[in-house]
Amino acid sequence: MLLLLALSAISGLAVITAFIFKEGVPIIAKVGLGTFILSSDWYPGEGEFGIFPMIVGSLAVTAGAMVIGLVFGVGCAILLTLFSPPKVVAVMKPSVELLAGIPSVVYGFMGVVILVPFIRDYLGGPGLSVLAASIVLGVMVLPTVTSISVDALQAVPRSYREGSLALGATEWQTTHRVILKAARSGIVAAVILGMGRAVGETMAVIMVAGNSLDVPHGILDPVRTLTSNIALEMGYAAGDHRKALFATGVVLFVIIMILNTMALAVSRRRAGKVQAR
Amino acid sequence: MRIAPRNTQRMAVGGMWVLAGLMMAALVFILGFVLVQGLPHVTWGFLTESPRSMGREGGIAPMIVATLWITGLAVFLAAPVGVATAIYLTEYTRESRLTHVIRFGADCLAGIPSIIFGLFGFVFFAITLGMGMSVLSGALTLALMVLPTIIRTSEEAIRAVPQSYRDVSYGLGSTRWQMVTRVVLRSALPGIGTGIVLSIGRSISETAAVMLTAGSALGFPHTVFDSGRTLALHFYVLAREGISMSNAYATASVLILAILGINLAAYWLMQRFVAKGVA
Repeated sequence: MLLLLALSAISGLAVITAFIFKEGVPIIAKVGLGTFILSSDWYPGEGEFGIFPMIVGSLAVTAGAMVIGLVFGVGCAILLTLFSPPKVVAVMKPSVELLAGIPSVVYGFMGVVILVPFIRDYLGGPGLSVLAASIVLGVMVLPTVTSISVDALQAVPRSYREGSLALGATEWQTTHRVILKAARSGIVAAVILGMGRAVGETMAVIMVAGNSLDVPHGILDPVRTLTSNIALEMGYAAGDHRKALFATGVVLFVIIMILNTMALAVSRRRAGKVQAR
Repeated sequence: MRIAPRNTQRMAVGGMWVLAGLMMAALVFILGFVLVQGLPHVTWGFLTESPRSMGREGGIAPMIVATLWITGLAVFLAAPVGVATAIYLTEYTRESRLTHVIRFGADCLAGIPSIIFGLFGFVFFAITLGMGMSVLSGALTLALMVLPTIIRTSEEAIRAVPQSYRDVSYGLGSTRWQMVTRVVLRSALPGIGTGIVLSIGRSISETAAVMLTAGSALGFPHTVFDSGRTLALHFYVLAREGISMSNAYATASVLILAILGINLAAYWLMQRFVAKGVA
């Protein structure tokens, strides 16, 4: 009985995979995989389905988000584990968790109300842009990156730190030459998981990215991501159009699975290393 | 020019404080901005009335009901399964290929974007199983989505129970099942509770998946087979279609207050868990 229940997660995964692929793969086969992912023509009415701009959009927005997530997330994690007094930790840790709890639509809304007008007025372009989406997503992935990096930094044996300090290194030299190196694989895993979240986020991106169907040429251009393509058109799509949205889901699914596997592989290697010590 | 190590350290640490300060400022700003704009519009009438003219006027009572239904049902379905999985993984089996597969499944499930859950719920629960766009389809989809969180947190909580508790229980002649239900689960309860509370938070905040599975009907859902619009989705529609900014802020305030309450509850449970000396 317990075993049956325990198998529910894996069977859920199997059913999800099966249904998404069943709905999406036939249309990819019909259009041709190459055309589907490399063509820039998305005219569902005429049966032209090319999602290249959305793939570029997802990648651009995610890359931007990771720059912010990495700098802020790892910075905060280092501060939390190595440099700040317990009182600050007691305030910051729950704050980071709260940041993770805020609904994504609220982030998107703040983006529309504050960030988009700011970009439009001071940097140019329509405001709804790669930049706006990257900043909003960067803030959203911050908690993920921070908390996993904190775990990785805390897993570094104390003796490393003590040894380095005893050799006369300053705390900062110890941090960036010894501790960060030892925690590197954990931080890489944090970044990959953060990327997964950023690629998969939907509603916030719809609100701030502009959703244009063109390939973006700069960070001030509007874009549409894979996720927003699905959410925007699912409401009224039918027939091949709907199947093509499922096919967009298949591409997204494959990207996420690659990221997940990478994160798992990295953290497994780390687990192996810790045991070897 | 070479900068002395002491000064490099000062600059680096200073830089990190600035980053952390910016992050805290962003949090305070987001919460403050939404609450200041929204709270004045949150009146008793707003919470208890139905929306009129697409939400331009009136309140959010049906959305509160739909959110409670969907969230409650999702967690009610996912919690027993998740806790049972955790018990199986920790108490009833050794590390084997099977446990690896189960954990891998949970990890992958945790990484799948909510829009994919939405697509799946739409084609599987709503169409293939004929439940339509309904509270039930939404709840089942969300249940799958929060399952990995519940498995992970419960597993950690159960693992943190000291081995001596189990030995003593066995020593007193209990069966494995008695040991698990009366000793291990009891002392892991705050940890499991934290996971469940976090899942409630995730379900309430979710938008993409419920949009595709529970629909966006404006009325009260009378049975689980009716469509219902959750608070988060209602806020999205109001804000994106520019229907009513004051009602959008007010809805967001209600959402944020709920999330704050949930986080406080999770924090309190976690403190209890730590205070017991188990974690």
